[in-house]
Amino acid sequence: MDFLSREDAAAKSQPAIMGNSLSTDSNEALLHPTLDDSSLPEKPLVVIEPSKTWVSLNLRDLWSYRELLYFLTWRDVKVRYKQTELGIAWAILQPLLTMVIFSIFFGRLAGVPSDNIPYPLFAYAGLLPWTFFANAISNSGNSLVGSANLITKVYFPRMIIPSSAVAAGLIDFAVAVVILVLLMIYYGVGTRWGVLMFPPLLLLTTILAVGIGMWLSALNVKYRDVRFALPFFVQLWMFVSPVIYPSSFLPDKFRWILTLNPMTGIIEGYRSSLFGLPFNWTALAISAAITAAILVYSAYNFRRMEKTFADIV
Amino acid sequence: MKPIVRLEQVSKQYRLGTRGAAYETLRESLVEAIRAPFRRLRSRNGGVNSGTIWALKDIGFDVAPGEVIGIIGRNGAGKSTLLKVLSRITEPTSGRIELYGRVASLLEVGTGFHPELTGRENIFLNGAILGMKRSEIDDRFDEIVAFSELEKFLDTPVKRYSSGMYMRLAFAVASHMDPEILVVDEVLAVGDAQFQKKCLGKMTDVSREGRTVLFVSHNMTAVQSLCGRAVWLDQGIIVKEGPPTEVVANYLKHSLSTMQQRLWDDASTAPGNDRVRIRRGAVSAMSDNGETTIRVSTPIKMEFEYWNLNPGAHLNISVVVSTEEGYPIFNTGPGREPVWHGKPFPGGLFRSVFYIPGNFLNDGTHRVRLYVVKDQATVIYHHDDILTFNVEDDVDGRGAWYGKWIGAVRPDFKWETELLQEGEPARSSQ
Repeated sequence: MDFLSREDAAAKSQPAIMGNSLSTDSNEALLHPTLDDSSLPEKPLVVIEPSKTWVSLNLRDLWSYRELLYFLTWRDVKVRYKQTELGIAWAILQPLLTMVIFSIFFGRLAGVPSDNIPYPLFAYAGLLPWTFFANAISNSGNSLVGSANLITKVYFPRMIIPSSAVAAGLIDFAVAVVILVLLMIYYGVGTRWGVLMFPPLLLLTTILAVGIGMWLSALNVKYRDVRFALPFFVQLWMFVSPVIYPSSFLPDKFRWILTLNPMTGIIEGYRSSLFGLPFNWTALAISAAITAAILVYSAYNFRRMEKTFADIV
Repeated sequence: MKPIVRLEQVSKQYRLGTRGAAYETLRESLVEAIRAPFRRLRSRNGGVNSGTIWALKDIGFDVAPGEVIGIIGRNGAGKSTLLKVLSRITEPTSGRIELYGRVASLLEVGTGFHPELTGRENIFLNGAILGMKRSEIDDRFDEIVAFSELEKFLDTPVKRYSSGMYMRLAFAVASHMDPEILVVDEVLAVGDAQFQKKCLGKMTDVSREGRTVLFVSHNMTAVQSLCGRAVWLDQGIIVKEGPPTEVVANYLKHSLSTMQQRLWDDASTAPGNDRVRIRRGAVSAMSDNGETTIRVSTPIKMEFEYWNLNPGAHLNISVVVSTEEGYPIFNTGPGREPVWHGKPFPGGLFRSVFYIPGNFLNDGTHRVRLYVVKDQATVIYHHDDILTFNVEDDVDGRGAWYGKWIGAVRPDFKWETELLQEGEPARSSQ
């Protein structure tokens, strides 16, 4: 309303400027359009129609908007620690303090085994990917709802929003890795060729986070319950992932259940990669397969729900 | 000529309650699923479609390359929905749109601006959101900054900007997009008059470059001066399209007569509450020659009929007349009305009337707000825009000035001019 009234008020009090000069200009433009139809493409660039029940992923569109992914990620990174005293140190404090507490309670008091790795290092190596993953899915899950102003005003492939929320977490991850390296030096734990698996593991974690974050974010648009369920769900998930205990902690009979959780193979994979332990390739393959399935499912699901976002967000 | 935009029978249906506020929680949709079969039984008018609304219905028109089209209509006529469908923000329910060029839409100025980021950073962010390539933004960066006139504040977070500065930066970015088709919603509403002039100038440039523009506005002057064709939407359908002057004139005539008189016959559904219900409101011209058009010089009669449902209440009504923009011009009440004022009202139907002299209101649309007041202190009911009416311009007495007469009122004051001394100004002698 305010928007309109200012326009009208100002427009009306400036009549001479607006009216005369402009009308002649634009009429002239209309009489002599500089574009002729020969410059128009044969086929429409874009056809807008109600989408069919079977949607395409429209990856080409996504590709053409890749710079937006970069800019939104960059914005999230820039803005996240604005006006905080500790700034990027928060990226270290989160896993570090959790590690300290877990080391005291689980490592020291409860005597949880840690595959012959010092417990603090063991826990930190699990918490590092877990913190990234947990923050990524919560930020991503809330990202669409938080970007309602964009969704209702501009077109771009909506998948960019939850994806950029995940990508922004990578900076925190990189910072937290520094502490890991220091801890490894402190405890004198070396690494081997397995460290080459670190980047692929990170990629896998990221893809899994995008898959789940995308699905949660779409669901959140329609059902705001997601916002409340999410923290709870993330916490539960941590306890069914081998973050603070090794999967060897479970009896053999039940261990396969744990591998159905895609984070199991991933977290164990990180430890193998970092501490030069043998890889559990089966668990990793299962994680990769489940991750791929989740990504494909949520991408299609997202595209299907996407068309109503602007109407219900 | 081959069109650059072609709309064929575009329709958009909204379920009532899904637009705007409503989001569902799981529980709500469960409850909804259970209730749905019963709802139709309870719905008062029994209409099957009572839960849905067609925001657009079978909209079809072609836009030629280089054409500037103005879309006008009341609030809720479907203008914004049309722009949203055109810019792919929301999908049509049926129909088809073909776009033979790159589209950029500008439904809001400054979409995606982040308050914590600096002006410089926001130029890049906003540009990317609007679909510009990074290289394009780099190329035009200096131009954008120059247009915004904010060189000195580029490294200040935009949360420290004044709203005018914010708008200026936002429009500067938006106006440096380079689409073949530009979809614009009310963005001329930025900043001060000076800057507006600049924006309008930019719009003119855009159209002169052969850019195609679809432009929604409530500003009829802008539509008439910028557009080559106007489309008038009402309740989701095209009422009229054609030359802007003609369409705008028709639109104004139509939109104004509709609310000049309102009648609610049924006391159970009339606006109001358990203390008072409104039956009728009317604004009419009191001209000597029986003309019904209200002109600047015409005295106006305004009347309201209402049921008092609370016998013994001390009621009075109070009326605020505002300009189209909502700026109140005056408030009046029956403080010196001789018969009923200050007396207890028995239950029943009342009528209160007051008169506005001629040569008082300026031309333009006026909005009427009604208050019903108890004991001269407590507002027991109020109704915004219960009536709206238009005051037409008088042809005489304007001189050579054809623009909008400035001010909320246009009283005909008594003026005197006299010649005091003829000839050259006398020099004061030392």
